[in-house]
Amino acid sequence: MYAVRLWSTRHARGLELFYRRFESLLVRLHGIASAIGYARLERPVAGVERAVKGFLFDCQMCGQCVLSSTGMSCPMNCPKNLRNGPCGGVRGDGRCEIKPDMRCVWVEAYHGSQRIAGGLQAMQALQHAVDRRLQGSSSWLRVAREKATVAERSEP
Amino acid sequence: MIFEDEPVPGYPLPILPGHTSPGRLERVLRAGVFAVTAELAPPDSADPEDVYRRARVFDGYVDAINATDGSGANCHMSSLAVCALLTRVGYAPVMQISCRDRNRIAIQGDILGGAAMGVCNMLCLTGDGVQVGDHPQAKPVFDLDCISLLSIARTLRDEHHFESGRKITFAPRVFLGAAENPSVPPYEWRAQRLAKKVAAGAQLIQTQYCYDMVLLKDFMRRVEELGLIGQAFILIGVGPLRSAKAAEWMRTHVPGMHIPDAIIKRLAGADDQAREGRNICIELIQECRSILGVSGVHVMAYRQEESVAEAIDRSGVLAGRVPWFPERDRSQPVNRVMQ
Repeated sequence: MYAVRLWSTRHARGLELFYRRFESLLVRLHGIASAIGYARLERPVAGVERAVKGFLFDCQMCGQCVLSSTGMSCPMNCPKNLRNGPCGGVRGDGRCEIKPDMRCVWVEAYHGSQRIAGGLQAMQALQHAVDRRLQGSSSWLRVAREKATVAERSEP
Repeated sequence: MIFEDEPVPGYPLPILPGHTSPGRLERVLRAGVFAVTAELAPPDSADPEDVYRRARVFDGYVDAINATDGSGANCHMSSLAVCALLTRVGYAPVMQISCRDRNRIAIQGDILGGAAMGVCNMLCLTGDGVQVGDHPQAKPVFDLDCISLLSIARTLRDEHHFESGRKITFAPRVFLGAAENPSVPPYEWRAQRLAKKVAAGAQLIQTQYCYDMVLLKDFMRRVEELGLIGQAFILIGVGPLRSAKAAEWMRTHVPGMHIPDAIIKRLAGADDQAREGRNICIELIQECRSILGVSGVHVMAYRQEESVAEAIDRSGVLAGRVPWFPERDRSQPVNRVMQ
């Protein structure tokens, strides 16, 4: 929902903190998740993720979430799917060139990033082209598995 | 500007140390002279002569010609084809690549194809939304964005492989460019975005129209603070406004167009508005030249292309230099040995 989405960028700081804690919780649950099987968890978790993130951010389930680098403003809501910053068509009042009723996703991201510690630095990270195969899959599970695997490998 | 190692003008030049392309635009910019580029509107036609006619109006006044890629989301001859035609006679085109109409498979193929046809400069753009053009019913692609496109193009050139990782046997030797618009929000972040583009591989920046010198100078100051001057050559977008009414229309209908009220007032108060529009353009060109870090101007004179030569001439920015064009070195009488 558009109003909730705007609320989320206004509260980017709190949401980002919550997200970071939630992520470490997911990483800790890696053992249980592996026992159940990530493939078996995919559908129910993706369903919950779609509902929660859909409500808070109008999440489009691209499957490779970058919210913490975009001030908690989902870049997939940009009509051009821009993941590296605003285009040159932003209107003078900060509204979208294509959808004039909507504030530019990246103007929102810029404001949200200023509220997050290190947010502006995170916005400078180059985002690679989206892997369209991940559309609809759970970003939470993917991140949890990747981080847990990296942690396992680095352990002596 | 004649390069000593240019045996046949218009043919690829040897690539000098530190250069990435065999093109003349990179040579001119790295030589440190004030460069001029202009925008060619591809025709709604399949006649190559329509392209050459549009290029000839710039003869002797521009260092490179940009071929737009479906600008304003309107359908025209493709940018790749226009560039290929231009390189046949020796012009230095800048091939604009927009992410709106093609996915990464098509775009990477075009980069190889363009380079094979002698195109030395490629400008990576996101592109306007389809709703502003003549085919609003079309599917917008936007598989890539301008920055992921830049890094993919750089990977092709420097690491010799596609985004997929598959190797290519001969890399495209191109000078990579991107656009920037200092005149729209978020103003304070625009220079940071430029830094991101430079980090992704941009060597040339051509800006959108800049009519607000306060915003431009502020932007350039931030660019300097970020240490980007010298890392990319920045060409400022300028162009003549036909009338106050046309300017008013443009700022309401053209995405990313910002024209201050003062300029519209000045146009409205003039007896000959078109002439005043050209005068404003010349003043802007001269002012751009005095800004630290500006390497040249990019003239966009849609439907007024014939006025570009006069504007460049009167602005004096070429300082007597005659950029290469097909007839330049042939226009002197040939000295024949008489028996």
